[in-house]
Amino acid sequence: MTAKKGDWVRIHSILIEAEDRAPRVPVDTAKVPYELWAKGLLITGKAEIGKKVEIETITGRKISGEIIEINPSYNHDFGEFIPEILTIDKQLKDLMGEISQ
Amino acid sequence: MKNNYLELMKRKNEIMKKSVGIDYSLFESGSIAFDYERMMEKVGYSLKEIRGIQEETGVGNTPMYELHNLTNLARSLVPKGKGARIFLKDEASNPSGSFKARRAATAVYHAKKLGFSGVIAATSGNYGAAVASQAAMRGMNCIIVQECYDSKGKGQPEIIEKARKCEAFGAEVVQLSVGPELFYTFLKLLEETGYFNASLYTPFGIAGVETLGYELNKQMIERTGKSPDTVVITNAGGGNLTGTARGLIKAGADKTEIIAASVNLKGLHMASDSDFNKKSFTTGHTGFGIPFATVPDRSDVPRSAARPLRYMDRYVTVNQGEVFYMTEALAQLEGLERGPAGNVSLAAAFAIAQEMDKNQTIIVQETEYTGAGKHLQPQLTFARNNGIKISLGNPADEVPGKSIILPSHPSCITVQDINLNKLRQSLITNSLKEINRDKHKNITDEDIKFLADETKSRPEIVKEIIRTIEL
Repeated sequence: MTAKKGDWVRIHSILIEAEDRAPRVPVDTAKVPYELWAKGLLITGKAEIGKKVEIETITGRKISGEIIEINPSYNHDFGEFIPEILTIDKQLKDLMGEISQ
Repeated sequence: MKNNYLELMKRKNEIMKKSVGIDYSLFESGSIAFDYERMMEKVGYSLKEIRGIQEETGVGNTPMYELHNLTNLARSLVPKGKGARIFLKDEASNPSGSFKARRAATAVYHAKKLGFSGVIAATSGNYGAAVASQAAMRGMNCIIVQECYDSKGKGQPEIIEKARKCEAFGAEVVQLSVGPELFYTFLKLLEETGYFNASLYTPFGIAGVETLGYELNKQMIERTGKSPDTVVITNAGGGNLTGTARGLIKAGADKTEIIAASVNLKGLHMASDSDFNKKSFTTGHTGFGIPFATVPDRSDVPRSAARPLRYMDRYVTVNQGEVFYMTEALAQLEGLERGPAGNVSLAAAFAIAQEMDKNQTIIVQETEYTGAGKHLQPQLTFARNNGIKISLGNPADEVPGKSIILPSHPSCITVQDINLNKLRQSLITNSLKEINRDKHKNITDEDIKFLADETKSRPEIVKEIIRTIEL
Protein backbone atom coordinates (compact mmCIF):
# COMPACT_ATOMS: atom_id res chain seq x y z
CA MET A 1 0.00 0.00 0.00
CA THR A 2 1.24 3.44 -0.90
CA ALA A 3 0.17 6.68 0.69
CA LYS A 4 0.31 9.95 -1.19
CA LYS A 5 0.83 13.46 0.03
CA GLY A 6 -2.20 14.74 1.92
CA ASP A 7 -3.43 11.27 2.93
CA TRP A 8 -4.55 10.74 6.52
CA VAL A 9 -2.13 8.22 8.01
CA ARG A 10 -1.11 6.68 11.30
CA ILE A 11 2.54 6.56 12.29
CA HIS A 12 4.59 4.79 14.89
CA SER A 13 7.95 5.69 16.37
CA ILE A 14 10.29 4.72 19.15
CA LEU A 15 10.78 7.59 21.58
CA ILE A 16 13.18 5.94 24.02
CA GLU A 17 15.23 2.79 23.39
CA ALA A 18 14.98 0.01 25.99
CA GLU A 19 18.43 0.71 27.46
CA ASP A 20 17.59 4.37 28.08
CA ARG A 21 14.28 3.91 29.87
CA ALA A 22 13.51 5.88 33.02
CA PRO A 23 15.08 4.63 36.23
CA ARG A 24 12.98 2.31 38.40
CA VAL A 25 10.58 1.05 35.72
CA PRO A 26 9.59 -2.61 36.31
CA VAL A 27 11.95 -5.23 34.86
CA ASP A 28 9.59 -6.26 32.05
CA THR A 29 8.99 -2.65 30.99
CA ALA A 30 12.73 -1.90 31.03
CA LYS A 31 13.25 -4.60 28.37
CA VAL A 32 11.08 -2.88 25.76
CA PRO A 33 11.36 0.51 24.06
CA TYR A 34 9.02 3.44 24.73
CA GLU A 35 6.75 3.87 21.72
CA LEU A 36 4.41 6.45 20.20
CA TRP A 37 1.47 6.32 17.81
CA ALA A 38 -0.07 9.38 16.17
CA LYS A 39 -2.23 10.40 13.22
CA GLY A 40 -1.90 13.19 10.69
CA LEU A 41 -1.72 14.30 7.07
CA LEU A 42 1.24 12.97 5.12
CA ILE A 43 3.43 15.90 4.12
CA THR A 44 6.54 14.17 2.76
CA GLY A 45 4.92 12.78 -0.39
CA LYS A 46 4.40 9.28 -1.72
CA ALA A 47 5.45 6.54 0.73
CA GLU A 48 4.92 2.84 1.34
CA ILE A 49 3.77 1.32 4.63
CA GLY A 50 6.82 0.99 6.90
CA LYS A 51 8.62 4.03 5.42
CA LYS A 52 9.78 6.89 7.60
CA VAL A 53 7.69 9.99 6.90
CA GLU A 54 6.64 13.32 8.30
CA ILE A 55 3.03 14.17 9.15
CA GLU A 56 1.11 17.23 10.22
CA THR A 57 -1.24 16.49 13.09
CA ILE A 58 -4.70 18.01 13.53
CA THR A 59 -3.22 20.74 15.75
CA GLY A 60 -0.58 21.55 13.12
CA ARG A 61 2.42 19.87 14.74
CA LYS A 62 4.96 18.23 12.48
CA ILE A 63 6.23 14.84 13.67
CA SER A 64 7.94 11.87 12.06
CA GLY A 65 7.69 8.12 12.27
CA GLU A 66 7.03 5.12 10.07
CA ILE A 67 3.66 4.75 8.35
CA ILE A 68 1.65 1.87 9.72
CA GLU A 69 -1.84 2.62 8.38
CA ILE A 70 -3.47 4.68 5.63
CA ASN A 71 -6.95 6.07 6.39
CA PRO A 72 -6.83 4.53 9.86
CA SER A 73 -10.16 3.37 11.29
CA TYR A 74 -11.54 2.22 14.62
CA ASN A 75 -12.07 -1.49 15.12
CA HIS A 76 -13.19 -1.73 18.71
CA ASP A 77 -16.63 -3.28 19.15
CA PHE A 78 -19.04 -4.89 21.61
CA GLY A 79 -16.93 -8.01 21.96
CA GLU A 80 -18.09 -11.60 21.92
CA PHE A 81 -21.13 -13.07 23.60
CA ILE A 82 -20.45 -13.78 27.28
CA PRO A 83 -22.81 -16.57 28.38
CA GLU A 84 -22.34 -15.77 32.08
CA ILE A 85 -24.08 -12.42 31.55
CA LEU A 86 -27.24 -14.18 30.42
CA THR A 87 -27.18 -16.30 33.60
CA ILE A 88 -26.98 -13.09 35.66
CA ASP A 89 -29.91 -11.54 33.75
CA LYS A 90 -32.08 -14.59 34.25
CA GLN A 91 -31.32 -14.78 37.98
CA LEU A 92 -31.99 -11.07 38.50
CA LYS A 93 -35.39 -11.39 36.81
CA ASP A 94 -36.26 -14.43 38.95
CA LEU A 95 -35.21 -12.68 42.16
CA MET A 96 -37.23 -9.58 41.31
CA GLY A 97 -40.22 -11.81 40.55
CA GLU A 98 -39.92 -13.35 44.02
CA ILE A 99 -39.58 -9.93 45.68
CA SER A 100 -42.70 -8.51 44.01
CA GLN A 101 -44.85 -11.45 45.19
CA MET B 1 18.14 10.39 25.17
CA LYS B 2 19.17 9.93 28.78
CA ASN B 3 20.60 13.44 28.91
CA ASN B 4 17.58 14.92 27.17
CA TYR B 5 15.40 13.26 29.76
CA LEU B 6 17.34 14.61 32.72
CA GLU B 7 17.70 18.08 31.19
CA LEU B 8 14.00 18.32 30.55
CA MET B 9 13.21 17.12 34.05
CA LYS B 10 15.42 19.91 35.40
CA ARG B 11 13.18 22.43 33.63
CA LYS B 12 10.08 20.74 35.01
CA ASN B 13 9.08 23.43 37.50
CA GLU B 14 9.68 26.23 35.03
CA ILE B 15 7.57 24.49 32.34
CA MET B 16 4.84 23.79 34.88
CA LYS B 17 4.69 27.36 36.11
CA LYS B 18 4.31 28.65 32.57
CA SER B 19 1.77 26.03 31.51
CA VAL B 20 -0.64 26.27 34.45
CA GLY B 21 -0.07 29.92 35.29
CA ILE B 22 0.30 29.16 39.00
CA ASP B 23 3.27 30.06 41.16
CA TYR B 24 2.96 27.27 43.69
CA SER B 25 5.83 28.67 45.75
CA LEU B 26 3.48 31.37 47.05
CA PHE B 27 1.70 28.78 49.16
CA GLU B 28 4.77 26.93 50.43
CA SER B 29 6.04 27.26 53.99
CA GLY B 30 9.49 25.92 53.16
CA SER B 31 8.78 22.90 55.29
CA ILE B 32 6.17 20.11 54.96
CA ALA B 33 3.19 22.42 55.28
CA PHE B 34 1.67 24.42 52.47
CA ASP B 35 -1.45 26.55 52.57
CA TYR B 36 -3.95 24.34 50.77
CA GLU B 37 -7.03 26.44 51.52
CA ARG B 38 -5.35 29.65 50.42
CA MET B 39 -4.26 27.96 47.19
CA MET B 40 -7.86 26.85 46.55
CA GLU B 41 -9.16 30.32 47.35
CA LYS B 42 -6.61 32.42 45.46
CA VAL B 43 -6.32 30.30 42.35
CA GLY B 44 -9.70 28.63 42.10
CA TYR B 45 -13.12 30.07 41.51
CA SER B 46 -16.05 30.42 43.88
CA LEU B 47 -18.86 27.91 43.67
CA LYS B 48 -21.11 30.59 42.16
CA GLU B 49 -18.55 31.47 39.48
CA ILE B 50 -18.09 27.82 38.60
CA ARG B 51 -21.80 27.23 38.28
CA GLY B 52 -21.86 30.10 35.80
CA ILE B 53 -18.85 28.78 33.85
CA GLN B 54 -20.34 25.28 33.67
CA GLU B 55 -23.75 26.55 32.64
CA GLU B 56 -22.15 28.26 29.61
CA THR B 57 -21.18 24.86 28.22
CA GLY B 58 -24.09 22.76 29.47
CA VAL B 59 -22.13 21.01 32.20
CA GLY B 60 -23.77 19.85 35.42
CA ASN B 61 -27.39 19.84 36.62
CA THR B 62 -27.44 16.12 35.92
CA PRO B 63 -30.45 14.02 36.93
CA MET B 64 -30.73 12.11 40.19
CA TYR B 65 -32.41 8.72 39.98
CA GLU B 66 -33.75 6.69 42.86
CA LEU B 67 -32.83 3.06 42.17
CA HIS B 68 -36.05 1.47 43.44
CA ASN B 69 -35.41 -2.02 42.10
CA LEU B 70 -31.83 -2.27 43.29
CA THR B 71 -32.93 -0.93 46.68
CA ASN B 72 -35.59 -3.67 46.85
CA LEU B 73 -33.05 -6.28 45.79
CA ALA B 74 -30.65 -5.14 48.53
CA ARG B 75 -33.48 -5.15 51.10
CA SER B 76 -34.42 -8.73 50.14
CA LEU B 77 -30.97 -9.83 51.35
CA VAL B 78 -31.11 -8.31 54.84
CA PRO B 79 -33.41 -8.39 57.90
CA LYS B 80 -36.49 -6.15 57.88
CA GLY B 81 -35.75 -2.52 58.65
CA LYS B 82 -32.37 -2.61 56.93
CA GLY B 83 -31.43 -1.45 53.44
CA ALA B 84 -30.97 2.26 52.72
CA ARG B 85 -32.59 3.95 49.73
CA ILE B 86 -30.07 3.98 46.88
CA PHE B 87 -29.86 7.06 44.65
CA LEU B 88 -27.67 7.65 41.63
CA LYS B 89 -26.36 10.91 40.18
CA ASP B 90 -26.30 10.41 36.43
CA GLU B 91 -23.09 12.16 35.51
CA ALA B 92 -23.11 10.39 32.14
CA SER B 93 -25.57 13.14 31.10
CA ASN B 94 -22.74 15.67 30.97
CA PRO B 95 -21.69 16.77 27.44
CA SER B 96 -18.71 14.40 27.26
CA GLY B 97 -20.41 11.55 29.13
CA SER B 98 -18.87 11.76 32.58
CA PHE B 99 -18.37 13.99 35.64
CA LYS B 100 -14.95 14.90 34.21
CA ALA B 101 -16.71 17.58 32.14
CA ARG B 102 -16.94 19.56 35.39
CA ARG B 103 -13.17 19.52 35.83
CA ALA B 104 -12.52 20.25 32.18
CA ALA B 105 -15.04 23.11 32.07
CA THR B 106 -13.14 25.22 34.57
CA ALA B 107 -9.69 24.25 33.27
CA VAL B 108 -10.53 25.14 29.65
CA TYR B 109 -12.34 28.33 30.66
CA HIS B 110 -9.30 29.38 32.67
CA ALA B 111 -6.92 28.56 29.82
CA LYS B 112 -8.96 30.69 27.44
CA LYS B 113 -9.12 33.55 29.92
CA LEU B 114 -5.33 33.49 30.30
CA GLY B 115 -4.96 33.69 26.52
CA PHE B 116 -3.64 30.21 25.73
CA SER B 117 -4.45 28.92 22.24
CA GLY B 118 -4.68 25.28 23.25
CA VAL B 119 -4.86 22.79 26.08
CA ILE B 120 -3.05 19.54 26.81
CA ALA B 121 -4.04 16.80 29.21
CA ALA B 122 -2.34 13.52 30.04
CA THR B 123 -5.09 10.96 30.57
CA SER B 124 -6.28 7.57 29.34
CA GLY B 125 -9.63 8.16 30.99
CA ASN B 126 -12.83 10.12 30.50
CA TYR B 127 -11.00 13.36 31.24
CA GLY B 128 -9.53 13.33 27.72
CA ALA B 129 -12.96 13.42 26.13
CA ALA B 130 -14.05 16.04 28.64
CA VAL B 131 -11.18 18.41 27.80
CA ALA B 132 -11.61 17.76 24.07
CA SER B 133 -15.33 18.51 24.30
CA GLN B 134 -14.83 21.72 26.28
CA ALA B 135 -12.00 22.81 23.97
CA ALA B 136 -14.31 22.29 20.98
CA MET B 137 -16.98 24.45 22.62
CA ARG B 138 -14.52 27.23 23.39
CA GLY B 139 -12.71 27.01 20.04
CA MET B 140 -9.33 25.91 21.34
CA ASN B 141 -6.80 23.38 20.15
CA CYS B 142 -6.48 20.24 22.21
CA ILE B 143 -3.93 17.45 22.61
CA ILE B 144 -4.61 14.38 24.73
CA VAL B 145 -1.70 12.17 25.75
CA GLN B 146 -2.70 8.59 26.46
CA GLU B 147 -0.95 5.55 27.85
CA CYS B 148 -2.60 3.08 25.51
CA TYR B 149 -0.67 0.05 24.28
CA ASP B 150 1.60 -2.67 25.61
CA SER B 151 4.82 -3.58 23.80
CA LYS B 152 2.87 -5.91 21.49
CA GLY B 153 0.77 -2.96 20.35
CA LYS B 154 -2.31 -4.32 22.09
CA GLY B 155 -4.59 -1.75 23.69
CA GLN B 156 -7.45 -1.87 26.15
CA PRO B 157 -10.75 -1.51 24.24
CA GLU B 158 -11.85 1.05 26.82
CA ILE B 159 -8.85 3.31 26.14
CA ILE B 160 -9.21 2.94 22.38
CA GLU B 161 -12.82 4.08 22.63
CA LYS B 162 -11.74 7.10 24.65
CA ALA B 163 -9.20 7.98 21.95
CA ARG B 164 -11.98 7.79 19.36
CA LYS B 165 -14.16 10.11 21.43
CA CYS B 166 -11.35 12.66 21.80
CA GLU B 167 -10.83 12.62 18.03
CA ALA B 168 -14.59 12.95 17.54
CA PHE B 169 -14.30 16.29 19.37
CA GLY B 170 -11.41 17.37 17.15
CA ALA B 171 -8.51 16.67 19.49
CA GLU B 172 -5.10 15.31 18.58
CA VAL B 173 -4.44 12.07 20.44
CA VAL B 174 -0.86 11.05 21.16
CA GLN B 175 -0.79 7.39 22.15
CA LEU B 176 2.07 5.88 24.10
CA SER B 177 3.20 2.52 25.37
CA VAL B 178 3.27 1.63 29.06
CA GLY B 179 5.60 3.58 31.33
CA PRO B 180 6.19 6.64 33.49
CA GLU B 181 7.97 8.37 30.58
CA LEU B 182 4.53 9.65 29.64
CA PHE B 183 5.35 12.58 31.88
CA TYR B 184 8.47 13.31 29.82
CA THR B 185 6.46 13.32 26.57
CA PHE B 186 3.84 15.48 28.24
CA LEU B 187 6.41 18.07 29.37
CA LYS B 188 7.98 18.09 25.92
CA LEU B 189 4.61 18.77 24.34
CA LEU B 190 3.89 21.58 26.80
CA GLU B 191 7.23 23.18 25.96
CA GLU B 192 6.84 22.69 22.22
CA THR B 193 3.28 24.02 21.91
CA GLY B 194 3.08 26.53 24.75
CA TYR B 195 -0.42 25.18 25.47
CA PHE B 196 -2.12 25.21 28.85
CA ASN B 197 -1.62 22.20 31.11
CA ALA B 198 -5.22 21.16 31.78
CA SER B 199 -4.04 18.97 34.61
CA LEU B 200 -6.65 17.05 36.57
CA TYR B 201 -5.09 18.30 39.77
CA THR B 202 -5.12 22.10 39.58
CA PRO B 203 -7.28 24.10 42.02
CA PHE B 204 -9.72 25.07 39.22
CA GLY B 205 -10.06 21.45 38.11
CA ILE B 206 -10.92 20.28 41.60
CA ALA B 207 -13.12 23.28 42.29
CA GLY B 208 -15.03 22.26 39.15
CA VAL B 209 -16.20 19.10 40.95
CA GLU B 210 -17.50 21.06 43.95
CA THR B 211 -20.70 21.77 42.01
CA LEU B 212 -21.35 18.01 41.95
CA GLY B 213 -21.43 17.82 45.74
CA TYR B 214 -23.47 20.99 45.92
CA GLU B 215 -26.11 19.82 43.38
CA LEU B 216 -26.28 16.40 44.92
CA ASN B 217 -27.15 17.83 48.32
CA LYS B 218 -29.74 20.19 46.86
CA GLN B 219 -31.43 17.39 44.92
CA MET B 220 -31.53 15.16 48.00
CA ILE B 221 -33.07 17.90 50.13
CA GLU B 222 -35.72 18.41 47.46
CA ARG B 223 -36.40 14.65 47.28
CA THR B 224 -36.12 13.53 50.87
CA GLY B 225 -36.07 16.68 52.96
CA LYS B 226 -32.54 16.13 54.21
CA SER B 227 -28.89 15.84 53.17
CA PRO B 228 -27.74 12.34 52.17
CA ASP B 229 -26.49 10.10 54.97
CA THR B 230 -23.75 8.55 52.85
CA VAL B 231 -22.11 9.33 49.52
CA VAL B 232 -20.00 6.68 47.83
CA ILE B 233 -17.35 8.01 45.46
CA THR B 234 -15.19 6.05 43.03
CA ASN B 235 -11.62 6.87 43.95
CA ALA B 236 -8.52 6.96 41.74
CA GLY B 237 -6.51 10.21 41.74
CA GLY B 238 -8.67 11.61 44.55
CA GLY B 239 -10.09 14.62 42.70
CA ASN B 240 -13.63 13.30 42.43
CA LEU B 241 -13.72 12.66 46.17
CA THR B 242 -12.01 15.93 47.13
CA GLY B 243 -14.23 18.11 44.94
CA THR B 244 -17.49 16.39 45.84
CA ALA B 245 -16.73 16.45 49.57
CA ARG B 246 -15.80 20.15 49.42
CA GLY B 247 -19.03 20.89 47.56
CA LEU B 248 -21.07 19.00 50.15
CA ILE B 249 -19.39 20.91 52.97
CA LYS B 250 -20.00 24.22 51.18
CA ALA B 251 -23.65 23.21 50.83
CA GLY B 252 -23.83 22.62 54.58
CA ALA B 253 -23.90 18.82 54.42
CA ASP B 254 -21.03 18.40 56.83
CA LYS B 255 -22.54 15.32 58.53
CA THR B 256 -22.67 13.26 55.33
CA GLU B 257 -20.39 10.24 55.46
CA ILE B 258 -17.88 10.18 52.60
CA ILE B 259 -16.92 6.71 51.43
CA ALA B 260 -14.25 6.10 48.82
CA ALA B 261 -14.48 2.98 46.67
CA SER B 262 -11.87 1.46 44.35
CA VAL B 263 -11.63 -1.74 42.36
CA ASN B 264 -9.17 -4.11 43.95
CA LEU B 265 -6.22 -4.62 41.59
CA LYS B 266 -3.81 -5.87 44.23
CA GLY B 267 -0.64 -7.39 42.82
CA LEU B 268 -0.77 -5.69 39.42
CA HIS B 269 2.02 -3.17 38.82
CA MET B 270 0.78 -0.03 37.08
CA ALA B 271 4.00 0.56 35.12
CA SER B 272 4.42 -3.07 34.10
CA ASP B 273 4.24 -3.83 30.39
CA SER B 274 2.92 -7.36 30.99
CA ASP B 275 0.39 -6.40 33.71
CA PHE B 276 -1.04 -3.54 31.65
CA ASN B 277 -3.60 -5.61 29.76
CA LYS B 278 -4.34 -7.99 32.60
CA LYS B 279 -6.50 -5.46 34.34
CA SER B 280 -10.06 -4.85 33.20
CA PHE B 281 -10.32 -1.43 34.78
CA THR B 282 -8.15 1.41 33.59
CA THR B 283 -9.24 3.74 36.36
CA GLY B 284 -11.12 3.78 39.68
CA HIS B 285 -8.75 1.13 40.98
CA THR B 286 -6.43 0.68 43.95
CA GLY B 287 -3.36 1.04 41.70
CA PHE B 288 -4.13 4.78 41.58
CA GLY B 289 -6.37 5.12 44.62
CA ILE B 290 -3.89 4.12 47.31
CA PRO B 291 -0.70 5.82 46.05
CA PHE B 292 -2.55 9.08 45.29
CA ALA B 293 -4.18 9.06 48.73
CA THR B 294 -0.88 8.63 50.55
CA VAL B 295 1.30 10.79 48.24
CA PRO B 296 -1.12 13.28 46.70
CA ASP B 297 1.68 15.37 45.18
CA ARG B 298 2.75 12.54 42.86
CA SER B 299 0.48 14.14 40.21
CA ASP B 300 1.50 16.26 37.22
CA VAL B 301 1.52 19.58 39.12
CA PRO B 302 3.82 20.56 42.02
CA ARG B 303 0.99 20.64 44.56
CA SER B 304 -2.12 18.61 43.89
CA ALA B 305 -5.48 20.13 44.75
CA ALA B 306 -6.83 16.58 45.11
CA ARG B 307 -6.18 15.50 48.70
CA PRO B 308 -8.68 12.72 49.41
CA LEU B 309 -7.52 11.73 52.90
CA ARG B 310 -8.65 15.18 54.10
CA TYR B 311 -12.26 14.21 53.44
CA MET B 312 -12.51 10.42 53.54
CA ASP B 313 -14.44 8.72 56.37
CA ARG B 314 -14.08 5.21 55.02
CA TYR B 315 -12.33 3.50 52.10
CA VAL B 316 -13.58 0.23 50.65
CA THR B 317 -12.64 -2.00 47.74
CA VAL B 318 -14.80 -4.13 45.49
CA ASN B 319 -13.72 -6.72 42.93
CA GLN B 320 -13.83 -6.43 39.15
CA GLY B 321 -16.49 -9.16 38.87
CA GLU B 322 -18.76 -7.30 41.29
CA VAL B 323 -18.57 -4.08 39.26
CA PHE B 324 -19.34 -5.89 36.00
CA TYR B 325 -22.27 -7.61 37.72
CA MET B 326 -23.70 -4.33 39.01
CA THR B 327 -23.22 -2.73 35.58
CA GLU B 328 -25.46 -5.45 34.17
CA ALA B 329 -27.93 -5.17 37.06
CA LEU B 330 -28.19 -1.39 36.52
CA ALA B 331 -29.15 -1.99 32.89
CA GLN B 332 -31.47 -4.93 33.54
CA LEU B 333 -33.29 -3.64 36.62
CA GLU B 334 -33.10 0.13 36.33
CA GLY B 335 -33.02 0.59 32.56
CA LEU B 336 -29.77 2.56 32.72
CA GLU B 337 -26.93 1.34 30.53
CA ARG B 338 -23.73 2.96 31.76
CA GLY B 339 -19.98 2.24 31.49
CA PRO B 340 -18.47 -0.25 33.91
CA ALA B 341 -15.68 1.88 35.43
CA GLY B 342 -18.18 4.45 36.69
CA ASN B 343 -20.08 1.73 38.53
CA VAL B 344 -17.42 1.01 41.15
CA SER B 345 -19.31 3.17 43.63
CA LEU B 346 -22.57 1.45 42.64
CA ALA B 347 -21.20 -1.98 43.57
CA ALA B 348 -19.95 -0.60 46.90
CA ALA B 349 -23.19 1.27 47.60
CA PHE B 350 -25.25 -1.87 46.94
CA ALA B 351 -23.31 -3.69 49.68
CA ILE B 352 -23.12 -0.74 52.11
CA ALA B 353 -26.86 0.04 51.78
CA GLN B 354 -27.46 -3.37 53.38
CA GLU B 355 -25.56 -2.28 56.53
CA MET B 356 -27.72 0.84 56.83
CA ASP B 357 -31.26 1.44 58.05
CA LYS B 358 -34.25 1.60 55.73
CA ASN B 359 -34.88 5.30 56.42
CA GLN B 360 -31.34 6.28 55.47
CA THR B 361 -30.06 7.31 52.03
CA ILE B 362 -26.93 6.38 50.12
CA ILE B 363 -25.76 8.08 46.93
CA VAL B 364 -23.90 6.58 44.00
CA GLN B 365 -22.22 9.81 43.05
CA GLU B 366 -21.48 9.23 39.34
CA THR B 367 -22.02 7.27 36.16
CA GLU B 368 -20.16 7.36 32.84
CA TYR B 369 -21.21 6.78 29.23
CA THR B 370 -21.00 3.38 27.65
CA GLY B 371 -20.35 2.25 24.08
CA ALA B 372 -18.19 0.03 21.90
CA GLY B 373 -15.11 -0.99 23.86
CA LYS B 374 -16.38 0.65 27.03
CA HIS B 375 -18.91 -1.95 28.03
CA LEU B 376 -18.77 -5.15 30.06
CA GLN B 377 -19.01 -7.42 27.04
CA PRO B 378 -15.92 -6.17 25.13
CA GLN B 379 -14.04 -5.72 28.40
CA LEU B 380 -14.76 -9.30 29.48
CA THR B 381 -13.96 -10.53 25.96
CA PHE B 382 -10.62 -8.74 26.12
CA ALA B 383 -9.91 -10.23 29.55
CA ARG B 384 -10.79 -13.74 28.36
CA ASN B 385 -8.54 -13.32 25.29
CA ASN B 386 -5.71 -12.26 27.63
CA GLY B 387 -5.95 -15.50 29.57
CA ILE B 388 -8.06 -14.18 32.47
CA LYS B 389 -10.45 -16.87 33.72
CA ILE B 390 -14.03 -15.63 33.84
CA SER B 391 -16.57 -17.54 35.90
CA LEU B 392 -19.58 -17.24 38.17
CA GLY B 393 -18.84 -17.83 41.84
CA ASN B 394 -17.74 -16.00 44.94
CA PRO B 395 -16.02 -12.73 43.94
CA ALA B 396 -13.97 -12.90 47.15
CA ASP B 397 -11.92 -15.61 45.42
CA GLU B 398 -11.01 -13.34 42.49
CA VAL B 399 -7.28 -12.88 41.86
CA PRO B 400 -6.55 -9.66 39.88
CA GLY B 401 -4.72 -10.50 36.68
CA LYS B 402 -5.73 -14.15 36.84
CA SER B 403 -9.49 -14.29 37.28
CA ILE B 404 -12.68 -12.28 37.19
CA ILE B 405 -15.41 -13.84 39.30
CA LEU B 406 -18.93 -12.62 38.65
CA PRO B 407 -21.11 -13.07 41.74
CA SER B 408 -23.23 -16.24 41.55
CA HIS B 409 -25.83 -14.41 43.64
CA PRO B 410 -26.24 -10.73 44.64
CA SER B 411 -25.65 -11.72 48.28
CA CYS B 412 -22.00 -12.42 47.35
CA ILE B 413 -21.41 -8.69 46.71
CA THR B 414 -19.46 -7.27 49.65
CA VAL B 415 -16.98 -4.49 50.35
CA GLN B 416 -13.56 -4.90 51.92
CA ASP B 417 -12.42 -2.09 54.21
CA ILE B 418 -8.99 -0.57 53.77
CA ASN B 419 -7.46 0.42 57.11
CA LEU B 420 -7.66 4.23 56.95
CA ASN B 421 -5.28 4.67 59.88
CA LYS B 422 -2.62 2.80 57.96
CA LEU B 423 -3.10 5.15 55.01
CA ARG B 424 -2.88 8.15 57.32
CA GLN B 425 0.30 6.80 58.83
CA SER B 426 1.67 6.20 55.37
CA LEU B 427 0.91 9.79 54.29
CA ILE B 428 2.67 11.14 57.39
CA THR B 429 5.67 8.84 56.85
CA ASN B 430 5.93 9.97 53.23
CA SER B 431 5.72 13.63 54.23
CA LEU B 432 8.45 13.20 56.86
CA LYS B 433 10.81 11.72 54.26
CA GLU B 434 11.14 15.20 52.74
CA ILE B 435 12.25 16.65 56.08
CA ASN B 436 14.54 13.75 56.93
CA ARG B 437 16.46 14.29 53.72
CA ASP B 438 17.52 17.67 55.06
CA LYS B 439 19.07 17.24 58.52
CA HIS B 440 18.94 20.97 59.25
CA LYS B 441 15.20 21.04 59.19
CA ASN B 442 12.89 20.33 62.08
CA ILE B 443 9.22 19.59 61.98
CA THR B 444 7.22 22.71 62.93
CA ASP B 445 3.88 23.19 64.70
CA GLU B 446 2.55 24.37 61.37
CA ASP B 447 3.62 21.03 59.86
CA ILE B 448 1.78 19.10 62.58
CA LYS B 449 -1.38 21.14 62.02
CA PHE B 450 -1.04 20.60 58.27
CA LEU B 451 -0.60 16.83 58.65
CA ALA B 452 -3.64 16.69 60.92
CA ASP B 453 -5.68 18.44 58.19
CA GLU B 454 -4.16 16.19 55.54
CA THR B 455 -5.33 13.09 57.39
CA LYS B 456 -8.66 14.34 58.81
CA SER B 457 -7.24 13.80 62.26
CA ARG B 458 -5.93 15.81 65.24
CA PRO B 459 -2.47 17.23 66.10
CA GLU B 460 -2.13 14.83 69.08
CA ILE B 461 -2.74 11.85 66.82
CA VAL B 462 -0.20 13.12 64.29
CA LYS B 463 2.37 13.59 67.08
CA GLU B 464 1.69 10.07 68.32
CA ILE B 465 2.12 8.64 64.83
CA ILE B 466 5.40 10.55 64.40
CA ARG B 467 6.64 9.14 67.71
CA THR B 468 5.90 5.57 66.59
CA ILE B 469 7.59 6.21 63.25
CA GLU B 470 10.70 7.57 64.97
CA LEU B 471 10.88 4.50 67.20
